[in-house]
Amino acid sequence: MGSATREAYGEILKELGKKYQDIVVLDADLSKSTKTAVFAKAFPERFFNVGIAEQNLMGVGAGLAAAGKIPFVSTFAMFAAGRAYEQVRNSICYPKLNVKIAATHAGLTVGEDGASHQAIEDISLMRSIPNMTVIVPADAEETRQAVTFAAEYNGPVYIRLGRMSVPDLFTTDYKFELGKAVQLMDGIDVTIIATGIMVASAKEAAEELLGLGISARVLNIHTIKPIDKEAIIKAAMDTGAIVTCEEHSIIGGLGSAVAEVVVENSPVPMERVGVMDTFGESGTPASLLVKYHLTVNDIVIAAKKVISRKK
Amino acid sequence: MSKKLTIEQVAQLEGYAKAIRSSIVSMVTEAQSGHPGGSLSATDILTTLYFAEMNIDPKDPQKIDRDRLVLSKGHAAPVLYATLAERGFFPKEELLTLRKINSRLQGHPSMKDVPGVDMSTGSLGQGLSVASGMALAARLDGSAHRVFTILGDGELEEGMVWEGVMFAAHYKLDNLTAFVDFNGLQIDGPVSEVLSPLPIPEKWQAFNWNVIQIDGHDINAIYDAIQQAKTVKGKPTVIVATTIKGKGVCQMENIADWHGKAPSREQCELFLGQLNDLEVGV
Repeated sequence: MGSATREAYGEILKELGKKYQDIVVLDADLSKSTKTAVFAKAFPERFFNVGIAEQNLMGVGAGLAAAGKIPFVSTFAMFAAGRAYEQVRNSICYPKLNVKIAATHAGLTVGEDGASHQAIEDISLMRSIPNMTVIVPADAEETRQAVTFAAEYNGPVYIRLGRMSVPDLFTTDYKFELGKAVQLMDGIDVTIIATGIMVASAKEAAEELLGLGISARVLNIHTIKPIDKEAIIKAAMDTGAIVTCEEHSIIGGLGSAVAEVVVENSPVPMERVGVMDTFGESGTPASLLVKYHLTVNDIVIAAKKVISRKK
Repeated sequence: MSKKLTIEQVAQLEGYAKAIRSSIVSMVTEAQSGHPGGSLSATDILTTLYFAEMNIDPKDPQKIDRDRLVLSKGHAAPVLYATLAERGFFPKEELLTLRKINSRLQGHPSMKDVPGVDMSTGSLGQGLSVASGMALAARLDGSAHRVFTILGDGELEEGMVWEGVMFAAHYKLDNLTAFVDFNGLQIDGPVSEVLSPLPIPEKWQAFNWNVIQIDGHDINAIYDAIQQAKTVKGKPTVIVATTIKGKGVCQMENIADWHGKAPSREQCELFLGQLNDLEVGV
């Protein structure tokens, strides 16, 4: 098992802080959890705790960016994308200000805190705002590279990070490219498209399917917006069936984004693995993934189902 | 002793304010929508800032060390546009394109479109936080420039304002000056009846701000308050400016209905005549 994407965020932020003097980090009383505390310790003069005030967090970030700084603002995804949605829209995205929103504790795997803290709508909310870029890294290395990209890119970015540890999928040879899907396995019968913590499960599912005589292509879509249309269309044409996997509501997230591309360009049967328009609950991350049908087995079942729908 | 305006300077500023008020009435009439009441109440504040105080250059609107203004009550866009045009940021003729398709002059200010607009605003409650971020950046850069923001009194009903009020005081942003355009009225009526934000000065004081109360139509008082704010270290300053909604047009004064209503063309003629008759330098 590797580390959590939030851990990687804290480490790389500190590295980037050395390189870029304009990086300023803001947090809303969750710096130990979001790991911005790592940066705060290294650069106390460039770290500002705004307290439990997420609307102000976004506003101060916007002001810093308008004055030429590169603010990274962090809190839980629930509060970044949910509570402060309108500040993100009007004060950051409308004027296209250079604010990086690194939101941690996304999805059900927040675990025991329960539904009030489990953001399963944030991808949907963030990707619908013009000027916003949305990235969901799958592991520590991808997080490091995505955060580095965000620091060097001019414009608002939403980076979705998780609480729990995830397997390492990539090594330092890996090259993150914005808007470019990463093919982890090739196949001809179905394409499994996953994002975030579901990428590792998608790969595992594909390996299991191989044992059943089913050849699955696996795509890691780390950039939800701008999405890699070309890779999705090619997957639809080449394999004729698509399964999407995300730790997010099936409404408005990766599944919706992929479906938008598929139905407009090359309609093929699709199945979406995700949270079925319901709130989560307290429990261990593992037990939640089982109960809400986000396991390797759920992906295998979806793959078989979608293949059976092929004409 | 801090600087004082001369009688001639005051007369000149009042002249600018008069021209800006006329522009506001004309542009809102031409648009047949917009917010004249709260634009006219804030006119003397913006006039003093842009013509007597702020270090800005219409030829270089993005100048890095410029003073900045965040019009948190973004619906008062007409007064900001009229002031910027009067100050030479763009041609005054353009004011008549307000709110029309393909115009740079959006219903609420857009910083990407209009030279001189330092922040896009319109959704109430957000400007103070943004101004605080700008003030923080100035401090980090060791730059002496100052940041101003103007809030409405009704706007104080937004919870986010108080997050910003807490933040600016906690981080001792003494390069930040906020104005509250205290005209007493919001869309649905008197602020004291809709959801009272009163008492305003005491609230800001309790949040550790330096508080100055003035008549928001007295150019000297506005200017002096801005100078006084500069001398206060370790605290941001709020200038609670008592104003009259619709100031300068007697049919509009103190009438909530003129918050977001455009005059007819006949009314416009009448109002412009009234404004034209205003005496300056008295």
